[in-house]
Amino acid sequence: MTPDVVPGGGPKRSAVRRRRPLTFDRVSFMVVFLGLPLAVFVIFVVSPFVQALWYSLTDWSGFSSKMNFVGFDNYVKLFHDDIFLKAVRNNVELAIFVPIVTIVLALTLATLVTIGGSGTGTVRGLRNSGFYRIVSFFPYVIPAIVIGLIWAQVFTPSSGVLDALLSKIGLHQFENYAWLGDARTAMPVSMFVMIWGFVGFYMVLFIAAIRGIDPEVFEAARIDGAGRFRTATYLTLPLIRDNVQTAYIYLGIAALDAFVYMQALNPGGGPQNSTLVMPQQLFTTAFAKGQFGYSTAMGVVLAAVTMLFALLVFTVNALTGGRAPRVKVGR
Amino acid sequence: MTTTIDRVELATPSPSPGKGSREGKGVATTAHIALILWSLLVILPLVWTVLSSFKSTQEVLGNPLALPGKLRFGNYATAWTTAGIGRYFTNTVIVVTSALVLVMILGAMCAYVLARFTFRGNRLIYYSMLAGLTFPVFLAIVPLFFVLKNLSLLNTLPGLIITYVAFALPFTVFFLHSFFKALPGEIYEAAQIDGAGEWRTFFSVMLPMARPGMASVAIFNFLGLWNQFLLPVALNTNSDNYVLSQGMASFASQAGYAVDFGALFAAVVITVAPVLVVYIIFQRQLQVSVTAGGVK
Repeated sequence: MTPDVVPGGGPKRSAVRRRRPLTFDRVSFMVVFLGLPLAVFVIFVVSPFVQALWYSLTDWSGFSSKMNFVGFDNYVKLFHDDIFLKAVRNNVELAIFVPIVTIVLALTLATLVTIGGSGTGTVRGLRNSGFYRIVSFFPYVIPAIVIGLIWAQVFTPSSGVLDALLSKIGLHQFENYAWLGDARTAMPVSMFVMIWGFVGFYMVLFIAAIRGIDPEVFEAARIDGAGRFRTATYLTLPLIRDNVQTAYIYLGIAALDAFVYMQALNPGGGPQNSTLVMPQQLFTTAFAKGQFGYSTAMGVVLAAVTMLFALLVFTVNALTGGRAPRVKVGR
Repeated sequence: MTTTIDRVELATPSPSPGKGSREGKGVATTAHIALILWSLLVILPLVWTVLSSFKSTQEVLGNPLALPGKLRFGNYATAWTTAGIGRYFTNTVIVVTSALVLVMILGAMCAYVLARFTFRGNRLIYYSMLAGLTFPVFLAIVPLFFVLKNLSLLNTLPGLIITYVAFALPFTVFFLHSFFKALPGEIYEAAQIDGAGEWRTFFSVMLPMARPGMASVAIFNFLGLWNQFLLPVALNTNSDNYVLSQGMASFASQAGYAVDFGALFAAVVITVAPVLVVYIIFQRQLQVSVTAGGVK
């Protein structure tokens, strides 16, 4: 770094522009405090990303040092690769449905907890809502792979608890029904598992956002005669709109990954590739087939789709009148 | 913001309280039912897992709804030793603890410098770290494999640790940046006047002041690292070095049809229970962290 390091880059500007002598203390400080973390970051994060762009233009197999520049051949090939295109479609489906359902569920539960209480007097949440909050958050502390494994067992045809329950209540057509082994249900069931894993976390976030709204806003709405449903849809939702947008982006990125869940539920990509996702295909192409150049091209496509998705969410939010006039939140 | 007049208005009772409260009860009951149903959907699979962990394979395959005939603690012993969960558990604790300590130190140092010192390139570094947050790890995974291979760190625990640190670093810096930024500049000057060097100022003055932020990030990082799946599966393929998540995956898949189901469920319980217990003890702090660090 350049030696003209000045401390106090924070709020106080007056003291900033004073040059300090270069002492051992100061130099060693900058080297260790900035150099060390940066070295780790550049070697293990930045350099792989940059290399990926280059590898995606080669036919590298990874095991030989031989590597030919092939331009955009890998990308052309990708767009004729039916299996990969199927994976892209699956990912897009996931990125549409998983965030929507998760957010609707999380918002509903958060609303019930925060303003579902008494319809008169102060707007308040349900009694004992702490219990629901704690329980709903459980899935967040369970590793995703384990969530997948538990549900895979629940959905297993003969020994799974779901089929047993369904036939117990008289739905015998579900005896030995392979939820994850049938192309019609594999994807919806996988989505359900992901949503199960996500809802609690976003519910807690939305609860926090709703609690952050000035209570007087709610009081005013109540005095104006707004019921709880109207309060939730016309007041709460617009006020926490930015939180919902951010949640949508996080969830969409998680859905575009989905690797862990899919790997736990259907490692092979599901019946007729019905649950195959881009990351799974990338992983197999790289580490099982050894087509490293081709697989990094998949990574680039995945990154592009991810960014496109985020851009789309921002645009839609802006076009539909995002950034609603924010009511100042009193602290 | 609030005037006295507002307050007076607020004191007015809402219209027709009698009708409202009856209707209010109905809504509250419906809300409770909805939340209880959701809670059951969360808890029941876990309860079923725990019950199944005491069953023999025959019992698991026979009647999934039945209670275990007797409590077979042997399943836990099998999972711990034969299936290697004990070893994976130890590996995970080593990797996660080291990575966590390292990333907290490096992250705090980096965030501190970026937040409180002006120098050329400051913003560039900060924004490239932000970008590192948004790029999918999958894009990097293949080149990363060879970076580690060239450094002879592939399939080693130190290699895994340093990778964990690198990928948890952007989030840590991003989160702590605002904490250090918010500290008043006078404190730094006071420390300087008292004769503290840069190192000392950081470790004895600034770092302790950022403690609440550190705690929140540490919780997030811990859960994130404990959860890590892709990095170990791609970069740590020696089964002696497996961490829990990949050990679980391979246990579930490799045994194929000859799975010892009781032991599989026991392994799941071993993986989940410690974190769940810690969560229940510290749930208040954790939920506060989510609130503080989460979606803004």
